[in-house]
Amino acid sequence: MTITTEILDQHNITPEEYERIKQLMGREPNFTELGIFSVMWSEHCSYKSSKVHLRRLPTEGICLVQGPGENAGIVDIGDGWCVAFKIESHNHPSFIEPYQGAATGVGGILRDIFTMGARPVAAMNSLRFGPIKEEVVDDSREQTSSQPVARNRRIMAGVVKGIGDYGNAFGVPTIGGEVAFDDCYSLNPLVNAFALGLVRREQIFYGKAEGIGNSVIYVGAKTGRDGIHGATMASAEFDEAAMEKRPTVQVGDPFAEKLLLEACLEAMRSGAIVGIQDMGAAGLTSSSCEMGARGGAGLEINLDLVPQRETGMTAYEMMLSESQERMLIVAARGHERQLMEIFHRWDLDAVIIGHVIAEEKLRVLHQGELAAEIPNKALTDEAPRYNRPQQPFDVATEDAKPKIEAAISNLKSQIADEPPVFTEILRRLVASPNLASKEWVYRQYDHMVRTNTVVLPGSDAAVIRVKETRRNLAMSLDCNGRYCHLNPREGARQAVAEAARNVVCSGARPLAVTNCLNFASPERPEVMWAFSETIDGMAEACRAFNTPVTGGNVSFYNETEGRGVYPTPVIGMLGLIEDAKDTTTQWFKDAGDVIVLLGVTQNDLGASELLSVMTGEVSGAVPRLDLDAEKAVQEVCLKAIQEGLINSAHDCSDGGLAVALAESCFSSYRRPAIGARIDLTGHAKLSALNDATALLFAESPSRIILSLKPEHLAEVKNIAQEAGVVCAVIGEIGGEELSVVCDGVKLIATAVASLEEAWRNALPSNLDRPMQMAAG
Amino acid sequence: MKFGVVIFPGSNCDHDAYHVVSKVIGQPVDFIWHKDEEIDRYDAIILPGGFSYGDYLRTGAIARFSPVMKALKDFVRDGGLALGICNGFQILCEAGLLPGALLRNRSLKYVCEHVNIRVERADTPFTRGYRQGQVLSIPVAHGEGNYFCDAATLAELESQNRIIFRYCDASGAVTDESNPNGSINSIAGITNREGNVLGMMPHPERASESALGCKDGRALFLSMAESLREMIKLRA
Repeated sequence: MTITTEILDQHNITPEEYERIKQLMGREPNFTELGIFSVMWSEHCSYKSSKVHLRRLPTEGICLVQGPGENAGIVDIGDGWCVAFKIESHNHPSFIEPYQGAATGVGGILRDIFTMGARPVAAMNSLRFGPIKEEVVDDSREQTSSQPVARNRRIMAGVVKGIGDYGNAFGVPTIGGEVAFDDCYSLNPLVNAFALGLVRREQIFYGKAEGIGNSVIYVGAKTGRDGIHGATMASAEFDEAAMEKRPTVQVGDPFAEKLLLEACLEAMRSGAIVGIQDMGAAGLTSSSCEMGARGGAGLEINLDLVPQRETGMTAYEMMLSESQERMLIVAARGHERQLMEIFHRWDLDAVIIGHVIAEEKLRVLHQGELAAEIPNKALTDEAPRYNRPQQPFDVATEDAKPKIEAAISNLKSQIADEPPVFTEILRRLVASPNLASKEWVYRQYDHMVRTNTVVLPGSDAAVIRVKETRRNLAMSLDCNGRYCHLNPREGARQAVAEAARNVVCSGARPLAVTNCLNFASPERPEVMWAFSETIDGMAEACRAFNTPVTGGNVSFYNETEGRGVYPTPVIGMLGLIEDAKDTTTQWFKDAGDVIVLLGVTQNDLGASELLSVMTGEVSGAVPRLDLDAEKAVQEVCLKAIQEGLINSAHDCSDGGLAVALAESCFSSYRRPAIGARIDLTGHAKLSALNDATALLFAESPSRIILSLKPEHLAEVKNIAQEAGVVCAVIGEIGGEELSVVCDGVKLIATAVASLEEAWRNALPSNLDRPMQMAAG
Repeated sequence: MKFGVVIFPGSNCDHDAYHVVSKVIGQPVDFIWHKDEEIDRYDAIILPGGFSYGDYLRTGAIARFSPVMKALKDFVRDGGLALGICNGFQILCEAGLLPGALLRNRSLKYVCEHVNIRVERADTPFTRGYRQGQVLSIPVAHGEGNYFCDAATLAELESQNRIIFRYCDASGAVTDESNPNGSINSIAGITNREGNVLGMMPHPERASESALGCKDGRALFLSMAESLREMIKLRA
């Protein structure tokens, strides 16, 4: 077949890239080879637009066992135990086919973890959708049309069910994450799946092909025509014909994955495996050439031997298939039989399809012919690298205050004087889908299987125990897309800071980071600039917290019909709780406990949830994070927790202090809701802020709400003072009301129960009731 | 005394059941592969939760054909104790060791949360450590836990006092709101006529340690151990 411009176009290969392919090959590639190049050089697999920037991230640390470049990052948590963890996107497939797209996203990340020899013990996910709430922001704005809302709900319901069905059947608890909503995600939902596994240090496996002549064994599900060009699809923006790409989405089988997990772990223990790699994006192609490249060897495989689900598949189709639940193994010589028996016992295919060769090449045979022969390096190290043009844009500096005050006075004119207007605003905030209870989501996930979940979903970070030790692991996924949109560098710094703060509030020391960088088209200079800024912001914050980046994933082209997502760099932070007894939650415990606020509140209303809820706008100056102040606040919190002085700790972020206080009051498992009497007078003085709106709802970073027994107050104050952290007593736990006053003025007065009801019912009322039919 | 925890392809609460028996109540326990046909050396068998065979045809519908299930019938006939949790309960029903079936939840959604169940009988080998009427907080995690049987079977279950647990509210009242899946008569767990087979949808192994926030399930395993001790003594 002659390679025409049209064919190159279909493969997303530019004429310049094609010239480079010919150069590297020393000849024209055949059609199969072109297909192989197209997936390996796709943005998704090659990181061609991001690699020059990713180098700037810190990737070293004392606890680090494996940094970026393998299937997952690994850190040492002591006593010979290591944690493998990673986050990956499955955005494009989840838009085209929400259920299968999300399910296979979970399947892919779980395989990344157990490929390293680790048993997955926790999963989380970071999800972003378009608005699911029909609303009239104010009379002058048009009502959100119901069609996109219905589609967003359908996407969300499908994604959540897909994640649940896969993770639940596989048997990994899905214990946390985040769900956020914004218009920009309407046609570009983000589905980022995180998984974490435990492995003994000496039992870690790598994706390397070593030992010339060693057998290459294919294990797991059969190869079909599903998912062909999945990686290429995920490397381009969508247009109105996106739904025609449905056949490129893979279909997941969690049962097969569960069998694969058990069989792989058993085979690893048997000593029969030299190297192992899962067939994820670009399937057989990427697994074979990457294993060869890492091991400094090559692989020769015969496609006639590959277990196939369909007949008449071409070499091209087999090499590009993204059928799920498959692995490639290099076996130790003489152990092939033993290895295959283990897989057969689990009713899985296991077939020798080739062997390791000395030439650093990927050689593919099919029906007695040489179907492809490509140097590994041409597919991996020699893939194109682009330092794409960047175009800075002005970061927002506007004061959001006037818009907010106008909206508040407008609201004031519409409602009674009692209770004060801020009570109604707080009710609206906790009922906004971004801040509302995510129970509707996590109730559909088995979050308790494996009996390690020591903090049920809903607190600042998810926490599991490590049964064999006295340690617990805390983990959190965070990103504020609005901040990143208005000021990418600052947004990235804050995503890291908030993720660290969340694990600290749970009693953990932040250890390491995985990230999932979701962006629009890298071919747009302003997107590329935002990406570069994000990397610098993230690098600076990760250095400050001493949390190296262990890997992750870049997802570009989250763009449909010319509209892209906000820069959304999701941070997955892993924290270690050295002693399980230090595990702390956000919920107020006992009446009579003192409530303390660490840190100061500033006039940080730009890009806030308040602005969005009151005006529907995303604008204004993003709060400025001082990394030294942030570190000091976190250190005070952790020290006070470790000294046993603290009953609850809660990060104060989206929605500000008022929302954080309400969340601490709400009921949790076996703990009824409890009220709090708050007086912000002292805090207002210490913060030099005399503004009720900002005191209640500003999203100033570096703040933590603590509650403690009165007798521990002096000691906590001491710790704060030594660290130079502002520490204000702001109230006391008790009663059934949340009341807030400042300088004698009543700001908020509400029964916690009614507030909690609004918070709990927000998602179900939007997602469970049938869509109202449009009039006419 | 020896417990056995059966592993079907797709079981995923096998390690949890093993952990609670070995570490929490400190009794000897083995895993049993579903193809094993020799289970005489055990005194109690646990069919754990999970998604045996992916639950693809119908929950438990394929697992019932596993060789171990034939052996389990003999084991139960000879008086051994068998506990089916969640998917284990579904398999026991499919295998005919317990009556009825588990349908899709009324909400059509998977549900994972702590629920309250009321102990209807405290005189069984599984519940002797509880008080009758005691309310337990135990998690459920299932998509198909909606217990159903025909009217005659239901009448028989009720009249023979074979309903061991019912979903209830925190005060012990059996209400429709406290029924997480739509089960008929709020049934959460039942036994066979002889009383040596218990099937239940809630997961007591997930509520047996204070580290997990609740120990209400522990007495179920302790009850089994206590009963086995007596049975072994009688045999000797």
